[in-house]
Amino acid sequence: MSTIDELPASTGVVGTRLKRREDPALLTGEARFVDDLDVAGALHVAIVRSPYAHARIRAVDLSIAAELPGVVAAFSGADLRDEWAGPMPTAWVVTPDMRNPTHLPVAVDTACYAGDAVAVVVGESAFAAKDAADAVVVDYEPLPAVIDLEAALSDRVLVHEELGTNVSYTWELTPDPEGVERAFASAVHHVKERFIQQRLLPSPMEPRGVCVVPQPYGGDVTVYSATQVPHILKIMVGLTLGIPEHSIRVIAPSVGGGFGAKLDVYAEELLCTALARRLGRPVRWTEERSEGAQATIHGRGQIQDIELAADADGRITAVRARIMADMGAYLQLITAGIPLLGAFVYHGSYDVPLYSFHCTGVFTTKTPTDAYRGAGRPEATYAIERAMDALARKVGVDPAEVRHRNFIKADQFPYTSAAGLTFDSGDYDTALERALELANYPDLRLEQQARRERNDPVQLGIGLSSYVEMCGLAPSRVLASLNYTAGGWESATVRVLPTGKVQVVTGTSPHGQGHETSWSMIVADKLGVSPDDVQVLHSDTAISPHGLDTYGSRSLSVGGTALWLATDKVIAKARTIAAHLLEAAEDDLDFAGGAFSVRGTPTASLPLAAVAFEAFTAHNLPDGVEPTLEASMTWDPPNFVFPFGTHVAVVEIDTDTGATRLRRYVAVDDCGNQVNPLIVEGQIHGGIVQGIAQALFEEAVYDPDGNLVTTTLADYLVPSAAEFPGFTLDHTVTPSPTNPMGVKGIGEAGTIAATPAVMNAVVDALSPYGIRDIDMPASPWRVWQAVQAARATGGAR
Amino acid sequence: MIPAPFDYVEAGSADEAVALLGRYGEDAKLLAGGHSLLPLMKLRLASPAVLIDLGRVRDLSFVRDAGDHVAIGALTRHRDVETSALLRSEAPLLAHVAGQVGDPQVRHRGTIGGSLAHGDPASDLPAAALALGATLVARGPSGERRITADDFFRDFLETALAPDEVLTELRVPKQARAAWGWQKLTRRAQDWAIVGVASVRNGTTRVALVNMHTSPVRARAVEEALAGGAPAAEAARRAAEGLSPPSDLNGDVAYRTHLAEVLVTRALTTPGARG
Amino acid sequence: MTVNGTAYEHEVEPRLLLVDYLRRVVGLTGTNVGCDSSSCGACTVLVDGESVKACTMLAVQARGRSVTTIEGLGSLGALHPVQAAFQDHHGLQCGFCTPGMVLAAVSLLAENPHPTEEEVRLGLEGNLCRCTGYQNIVKAVLAAARPAEVTA
Repeated sequence: MSTIDELPASTGVVGTRLKRREDPALLTGEARFVDDLDVAGALHVAIVRSPYAHARIRAVDLSIAAELPGVVAAFSGADLRDEWAGPMPTAWVVTPDMRNPTHLPVAVDTACYAGDAVAVVVGESAFAAKDAADAVVVDYEPLPAVIDLEAALSDRVLVHEELGTNVSYTWELTPDPEGVERAFASAVHHVKERFIQQRLLPSPMEPRGVCVVPQPYGGDVTVYSATQVPHILKIMVGLTLGIPEHSIRVIAPSVGGGFGAKLDVYAEELLCTALARRLGRPVRWTEERSEGAQATIHGRGQIQDIELAADADGRITAVRARIMADMGAYLQLITAGIPLLGAFVYHGSYDVPLYSFHCTGVFTTKTPTDAYRGAGRPEATYAIERAMDALARKVGVDPAEVRHRNFIKADQFPYTSAAGLTFDSGDYDTALERALELANYPDLRLEQQARRERNDPVQLGIGLSSYVEMCGLAPSRVLASLNYTAGGWESATVRVLPTGKVQVVTGTSPHGQGHETSWSMIVADKLGVSPDDVQVLHSDTAISPHGLDTYGSRSLSVGGTALWLATDKVIAKARTIAAHLLEAAEDDLDFAGGAFSVRGTPTASLPLAAVAFEAFTAHNLPDGVEPTLEASMTWDPPNFVFPFGTHVAVVEIDTDTGATRLRRYVAVDDCGNQVNPLIVEGQIHGGIVQGIAQALFEEAVYDPDGNLVTTTLADYLVPSAAEFPGFTLDHTVTPSPTNPMGVKGIGEAGTIAATPAVMNAVVDALSPYGIRDIDMPASPWRVWQAVQAARATGGAR
Repeated sequence: MIPAPFDYVEAGSADEAVALLGRYGEDAKLLAGGHSLLPLMKLRLASPAVLIDLGRVRDLSFVRDAGDHVAIGALTRHRDVETSALLRSEAPLLAHVAGQVGDPQVRHRGTIGGSLAHGDPASDLPAAALALGATLVARGPSGERRITADDFFRDFLETALAPDEVLTELRVPKQARAAWGWQKLTRRAQDWAIVGVASVRNGTTRVALVNMHTSPVRARAVEEALAGGAPAAEAARRAAEGLSPPSDLNGDVAYRTHLAEVLVTRALTTPGARG
Repeated sequence: MTVNGTAYEHEVEPRLLLVDYLRRVVGLTGTNVGCDSSSCGACTVLVDGESVKACTMLAVQARGRSVTTIEGLGSLGALHPVQAAFQDHHGLQCGFCTPGMVLAAVSLLAENPHPTEEEVRLGLEGNLCRCTGYQNIVKAVLAAARPAEVTA
C-alpha cells in the first residue's frame, strides 16, 4: 500500500493549486441549484408559521385560503398527522434518559417557537401559495415564552408540559473527580470565567429549498433538496413517512453552502415528500431568507463556565467546564449532541492531567439549535483560549509564553488526553512561533505600550488563538459509545471504464468544497491518468448508494481515504490481470505513469486503459478474476484527526466610539498534507471570516416575548469584503498517522480559531481599563458601555 | 419576497404624477428608484394599492448650474449626484454623502428625491440637505412651491409634502469655499448610520444629524454654541439637546448621545473628511 | 426589454420582480435570490451596463432597458476575463453568490478600471459571500484589472 509521500511529486497534481473543475458551470450560471430546477407541473408550498414563541393552537381556519385562486389544497397540522409514521428524527440520543419531545413537521396542538409550522398551503404558483398563506386564520392562545437559559432551568414555565422539566439531559465526562477537586483545592492560580456563546444564524447564501417529484408509478419519489446529507435524508424520509427506503431517491443538486444549516432533516423536506405522494404531483418549497431565520437551525447558544487550576508558573493542573446548552424548542438531527462534540477539547492544545466536563441541555421556546461550522469545537476553543489569556494576566506572563508552558509538546504525540482522546500528531510550538513572527509580535507589543503610555484614544489589541480541533468524523465505535445513531465511515468506488476513463463514486456530498477537483487529483496521480479523465459522481443516492455525506471536516480524511484505498484495490486487480497478460509474476511488475511494465524489460508494458479494456472483453482473464475493473472501499477511520494552529488578530479600538477595526490577521494552520493548497486556503479564509463575524458582527437577537428580531440580512450582520483586511496565511505540515495520505480536515478550523483570537485582541486592547470580558459580538455600543462602566468604577484612565 | 398585489400606472411627467395622485389618493404611492419602497413591500410591511412610477420622467433627472445654486432633479440617481463635477466643486458634501448611500447597486437606482421624500431620520441625504441649507421644490395641483429643508422634515417618515404633491427638484446654494465635514459610524459598510453628522461652515455653521431624532434634524444647540464662540468640542456636547434619539440593536439613547458628541466634534474639526 | 441582447416581450403582474421575471419567465436561472432585504447582492445584474439588484426592481421598471445577466457575460468555452480571474484565483466555492459578485465586479471595473484593494472591498460592500472569506474574490478582481501585477 503506497502513501502520499510515494506519489511522483514531479508529475503529480496532488499538492498543486489546480484550478477547480466545478467553476465554469458556477461562473456562467449553468449550474442548477434546487430553485433553478425546471419541474413541469410543480405545485408550490407556503407555510404558515406561528408568530408566537409559545401558543396553543386552538383552531386553524383554512376556508378562505382554500378558495383563493390557484390554491390546490390547504392543511392544518391535524390534517397531516396521519402522514407521519414517526416523529421528526433525532439521530443523537445522548443519554438513555434524554427527554425528547415529539416533533411533527407541522405542529398540531402547540407551537413551541416563533416560526414553528402550523399550516400549509399548496398552490399552482408561488404567488398563489403566498397570498393564500396570508389568508389562513389561526386562533392562538398565547403561552409564556421561555427565552433565558437560566430561567428555563428553573422550570417555572415549561416548554413541553409532558416532559415535566425543561432539562433535556445532563452529560458528564470526569474520569477522576477527586483528582480534579484536589487540583482546584491546591491551585496557586484559579481562573474562573463565564462566557456567552450567542446564537448565530448559519446563513449560507443559498436559502433552503426542496422539490419532490413523484415517479409515474409505484410510489417512488425523487427528492431534490439543498442538503448536505442526501444519504441521511433518504433514510430519515423513509422512516418518518413509513415508506420503503428503496422507493426514495435523494439528489442534492448544486448546493449553495451549508455550514451545518443543511445538515439536518427538515419539516419542509418531509412535508413536500408527503404532499407529492398524496397529490400525485411535484411539490416544491423555497425558503425566504427572513422565513429561514426562524425555520432553519441556529448555531451555538451556550452559557459556559470554565475554570483552570494552575501552579505558580501557570502550568495548568486541571480544567473544569460546565456548559448550559440551548437546545431550542425541539431536538433536531444532532441538536443534543453538538455540545458533546466539544466535550473532549475544553483543554485545548494543552497538556492537562485532569479534566471535567459537564453539560446540561435545556429547552427554550426558540428555533432549535444544531450544527454550525465547528459544531461544539468553536465553543470549546473559545472558552479555553479566552481562559488562557485570563491565566496569563493572573500569572503575569505574556499570553504566548503561557501557551508555550502548557502546550502538548511535539514529542508527546500520539498523545492521550485526560478526556480519553488520542491526538494523532502536532507541533503546536512551531505554529505559534511562526504566527508571532509573521505578525511582528514584539513590534506590536511596543506599539501597544506606546499607545497606552500616551493615553491614545485608539488602543491596540493583540489576540492569540492556539487551537486544536478534532474532526474527520468519526470512528464508528466512538460514535457508538456516545450513543450517536449512525456510524462515521465513508465509501468510494473507483471504476476504470472500458475506454480507460475513470469514474469515481463518492459518498461525500460537497457544497462548495471542491471535492470533484480534489478527488480527481488523488485518483489521477495514483492511476497515472489526467484529472480530466476522472469523473467524480456524488450527491445522488441512486448513483452513490452508500455514504455519510459532508460535515465535520470529514470528507478528505475519511472519504478521501476510502477513495485512496479503493484505488489501491483497483491497481491490485489490474496488476493481477496485467501480470497474466504480460506473462510475468505480479511482483515483477512496476506500475508507473499509468502503465504496468515488467521490471528489466521496458518494451513489455501495458497501459491501464488496455487492462481495463481486457477486463471488459474478458477474452483472456486469469481464472478467478471477475470481468470489469472496479473496486469499492468503505473505510471506518480509527481515530479523529487533529488539525491545529495559531491565529493572531490585531485590532484597533476607538475608545471614543467603541468601534473596532481589524487591522491585521495572521493564520498559521496545519492540516497535515495538502491535496490542493488553493482549496485549503479558501476554506481557511471563509472559516476565518465566519469566526470574526461571531466576534464582531453577528447575533440572533430575541425579544422578551420570544420573537426573533434579527430576521433579515439587514439586521443580522453577515459581513462583506469591506469589513476585512487581507489575511496573512502560512502553514506547517504535520501529517496524520491515521490515514495513508496523512491528511487532516480544514473546513472548520478557521472559524474555530478566529473567534477567540479577535475577542482576546479586543479584551487585550481594553485591559488598561480593567476590562476582562465583553459579550459577543463586541459591537461599538458594547465596547463603549464596557469602557464607560470601567471608568465609572475607577478603572485605569 | 413577494409583494401583495397592486395596480401599476406610469407617469410621463411630474404633472401627470400629480394628477394620478389626486385620482388615487391615499391608496397610491410614488415609485422612483424603489429602494425605499420596494424593500418594505417585499416584506409586506407596506401594501399600497397603486404604484405610480416616475421612473420614465426623464426631465426630472438633471444637475444644472442655476446661477446662485445648483438645481438637482428629484429623480437624479445617487450615482449621478456622486459623480457630478458641478456638485463636487460647488457642494462637495452632497456628492460625498451620495457616494456613501447603501452600496453601488443601490446608488445606481436610488434617487435623491426618493430619499428625501421618504423622510427617514436614518438616511444620510436629508442630513446633507439640512446642513447645506437646501430648498426643495414640490409640484401640486395648484402649482409649484418651495420648501426649505428645515421646514421639509416633520416627523418620522413624514415630510411637508402633501399627499398630492410630487417632489421635483432640490436647490443647493453654491458653496465651493465652505468648510464641510461628514462623519458616519456604521456596523458594516452597507448599513445605515448608527449616528451620522453633516456640517457646513459657510459664515455660520449648520450641523445636521442622522439617526438622532424622529426625523432628519439640525443640531440647533450645537449651532447656537458655535455662534456664541464655543470651540467645537464644547459645542458638540450639546449635540443631543432637545432631541429624541432612537434606541435599537445598535445603540441606546445614552450611546447615541455620546456618539453624536464625538462625531460632531470630528465633523467640525476634520474638514472634508469621510466618516 | 432586452436580456443578453435578445428582445423579450411579456405581459406580467406588476408585482413580479425583475429577478423572478428573469428566472421564471425568461428562464435564465443564473441570477440567484439570496435574501429578501436587498442586502446580499446575489441577484445583481447589469441594467444598461450598471450593477443593479434585480430583487429591488420590478420587471415593469426594466421595460425598454438592456439587461445583462451572468449568462450574457461569457460562456463555458469562453469566459469573460473577470470570470476567468475568479477561476484562476479560487474566488468562488459554492458559487451561489458568484453571478452577482462577478457582475458587481464588472460594473465596478467599468467605473473604476484600476481600483486599489480598498476600493475593491468597498465596491463589493453590497455583495455577501459566506464561503470564500472574500480574500480570493478581491484578488481576482484586482487581477482582472491589472493582470500583470497580481501574483498568485
